[in-house]
Amino acid sequence: MARRKGVESSIALADAVAMCKVDAISAYPITPQTHIVEHLSEWVNDGELDAEFIPVESEHSAMSAALGTSAVGARTFTATSSQGLALMHEILFIAPAMRLPVVMAVANRSLSGPISIWNDHSDIMAERDIGWIQIFAENGQECFDLTPACFKIAEDKRVILPTILNFDGFIVSHMIEPIEYWEQETFDKFLPEFEPQIRLDVKNPSTMGAVGVPEIYYEARMAQHMALVNSKPVIKEVFAEVSQITGREYKVVESYNMEKAEVALVMMGSLTETAMTAVNNLKAKGIEVGIVRPRLWRPFPTEEFLEVLGDISVIGCVDRAYTFGAASHPVASEVKSVLYTSDKRPQVREYVMGIGGRDVRIEEIEDMFMQLIEVKNTGKDFPIQYIGVRE
Amino acid sequence: MEHLNVFASKLVPGRELFSPGHKACQGCAPALALRYLLKAAGPNTVVANATGCMEIISSAYPDIAWGVPWIHVAFENAAAVASGVESGIKVLQRKGKLAPGKVNVVAIGGDGGTFDIGLQALSGMLERGHDVLYLCYDNEAYMNTGIQRSSGTPMFASTTTSPAGEKVPGQSTGKKDLAAIAAAHNVSYVATANTSYPFDFMAKVDKAFSTSGSKLIHIFAPCPTGWRCQPSDIIKLGRLASQTGLFPLYEYQDGKYTMSEDLPFLKPIEKYLKLQGRYRHLSKEQIEIIQENINQRYEWLQKLSRVSQED
Ligand SMILES: Cc1ncc(C[n+]2csc(CCOP(=O)(O)OP(=O)(O)O)c2C)c(N)n1
Ligand code: SF4
Ligand SMILES: [Mg+2]
Repeated sequence: MARRKGVESSIALADAVAMCKVDAISAYPITPQTHIVEHLSEWVNDGELDAEFIPVESEHSAMSAALGTSAVGARTFTATSSQGLALMHEILFIAPAMRLPVVMAVANRSLSGPISIWNDHSDIMAERDIGWIQIFAENGQECFDLTPACFKIAEDKRVILPTILNFDGFIVSHMIEPIEYWEQETFDKFLPEFEPQIRLDVKNPSTMGAVGVPEIYYEARMAQHMALVNSKPVIKEVFAEVSQITGREYKVVESYNMEKAEVALVMMGSLTETAMTAVNNLKAKGIEVGIVRPRLWRPFPTEEFLEVLGDISVIGCVDRAYTFGAASHPVASEVKSVLYTSDKRPQVREYVMGIGGRDVRIEEIEDMFMQLIEVKNTGKDFPIQYIGVRE
Repeated sequence: MEHLNVFASKLVPGRELFSPGHKACQGCAPALALRYLLKAAGPNTVVANATGCMEIISSAYPDIAWGVPWIHVAFENAAAVASGVESGIKVLQRKGKLAPGKVNVVAIGGDGGTFDIGLQALSGMLERGHDVLYLCYDNEAYMNTGIQRSSGTPMFASTTTSPAGEKVPGQSTGKKDLAAIAAAHNVSYVATANTSYPFDFMAKVDKAFSTSGSKLIHIFAPCPTGWRCQPSDIIKLGRLASQTGLFPLYEYQDGKYTMSEDLPFLKPIEKYLKLQGRYRHLSKEQIEIIQENINQRYEWLQKLSRVSQED
C-alpha cells in the first residue's frame, strides 16, 4: 500500500497534513518548525490543496485565527516551536475549553533565555497544563503516521479536543529519513470528514466563549478535564488502527527490552533512538536494561505506564526541560506522582540531559544505566544528575 | 449627509438581534452601538467579540443577548479570530461544505482592545484584507476593568490610571487616530460614527458590507459610568461631540475622505466638557488647549476632504 521516500521529516509531516485535506492553516514562521508551513503554503499556492492559508502576523494570532476557522467547522492545522508556542500560551487554554479540535505540530525547541534555536522540551513542558491531547513522535515516520491519527482523535465525537504532535526540533524535524507514505486512498478511508458538533452557523446561532460565572465555571472546567481523561480509549483505538494500517506498532506507552530489563530509563521523543543503541551495547555485554517511552503525554497513560514497568525495581527518569526550583523536573515529577498512588514502588533516580541542543552521547546513557544497576545492587542514592553540564 | 438627522424608526427592522435584558449600565451607548449594528447587519452575521464591557454584559452564561452566532476568545485577538471565521466560511463554502450565501463577519473591540492591545492583530487583519468589518466602540477608556486610560482616552480626561493630580491634570496625551491607521492599510472602507446618529451609523454599516475586503468603523460611544455623566445625557453628549468637531464624522473610501456633515461652524467644546465628571478639574487654559486642538484637527480633516474631492 505504501511508497517509501527519502524525505525530511517536516516535509513528510506537511504532506500528511495536506493528505488529511485540511481546510485551513494559519501559521507564523519560527525555526525549526518553518519547513512544515512553508511546504503547506506550496501545496496551497500550487492549487494542489484546497485550503485557506492565513499568513498571520504572530503566533498569538495564528492560534486565534485557528480557533476562528475551527469554530465555523473547518479542519484546521497550525505548527510552531518555542517562543511561538509561548506566545500562544493564553489562547492555548481556550481551544479545549471551546472544544475546538485544532491540530498543531510542535517542533520542540528550547525557550529563551538565553535565546536558543536548539532542541529540548522546554517549550512544550511549559504548556503541560493547557488541556490539549499531547503526543510525542520519535522519528519522521511517526510524524507522518501520527498526523492523520491526531486529526482522527481530535475530531472524534467522543473526544473533540485539540491535539499537539511533538517531535524534536532539528534532530527529527530536519532529518532526512526513508519514510513510508500512505496512499491518499488510505487517508480517505482512515479519516472521515470533520463533522463539527457545534459551529458558528447563521442558520442556527450558537454562542462560543460565554462568561463563566461562578455557578458554572467549575463545572465547565470539570467537563473539560473529564473530556481529556476520557479521550484515552479513543486514542488507543486510533493508534491500534494506525498499527494495523502501517504494520508498525503504536501504543500509548512504548517499551524496549523491558521483558528482560533489570533497570529502565523513562524518556520521551527521539532520545529513545540513541538510548536503544545503548541498550543494545549493554546487551552485548550481557547486561539487560530497558526503555519506557510514553508516546502519549496528555492525558498521561497511568495504567499502561505501570503495566509496562512491570516489576522493575529501579527506574531513571530523563528530563529534557527544567521546572525551575521544583523538587523534580517534569517527567520525573509525573512519574513519581503516578507511582506514589500505585502499589509499585521502584526506586526512582532523576536525570536531565540534552538541554538546548547539548549533544547526548551513547556512552552517557550507558553510564546512566550502569548507575541504575548500582542502585539496584547497593541502594545508592544521589540527587538529580545533570548529564553533560560543565561546572 | 442624508441620514444624519433622520428619526424615522420605521426605517429600521424592529427585530432585536441584540436583545434587551443584558447587563449594561443604564445609558450605556456601546450597547446601543451593538443594537444598531445588528439591525443593519441582519441575521446573516457572525460576531467575534473582544473581551471588554460589551462581551461581559452580553454573555454571562446562560443569559446570552446575541441572536447571531457569536464567539469570544480573548481580549487582543478579535481581529485574528474574525480573520479565521471569515477564512473558514470562505473555504467551506468553496468546497461545498457550507451553504452558499453572504455571511457578514464582524469583529468588535473596545478602544483598549483595538487602539492598544489588539492593534497588531487588527493591523494583520487589515493588511491581509479579510472580508471583515471591524467595529471599534470607543468609550475612551478601559471601562470593564474600572476606567483606566487607553490610547483612546482624550487629553486631560481623568481616569483611574491618569487621575487628575496636583501635578499632572489627567491624561497627558491625545487620542490615537484609529481611522487614519486603518486607512493607511489601504482597506476598502473606513468610517467614523457616533451612537447619537444611529441612521448615519447603520447606513455606514450597510456601505461597509457592500464593499468586499477589510473595513473599519470607529464609533464614538459615551459611557456614563466612566465619564461620570448622567445616563440621560449620553445622546446629547454624542451629538455635542460631533457638533463641536471633537469627533468628526467622515468616511474614507477609494483614497477619498468625505465629511459626513460639513459643519458651518463648530459649537464651543466647553458645554460638552462641563457635563462630565472626568473633566471637572479642567482650568480655563486647559479647555482652551482642547478647543485649539479640535479646531486644528477639524481644519486638517476639512482640507483632506477638500483635496481628495478634487479631480
Ligand atoms: C491579555 C489581557 N490583559 C488584560 C485583560 C483585562 N481586561 C479585560 S477587559 C479590559 C478593558 C477593556 O477595555 P476596552 O477594550 O476599552 O473595552 P471596554 O471595557 O471599555 O468596553 C481589560 C484591561 C485581559 N482580559 N486580557
Ligand atoms: S461601564 Fe460604560 S461601557 Fe461598560 S457597560 Fe457601563 S456604561 Fe457601558
Ligand atoms: Mg473602552
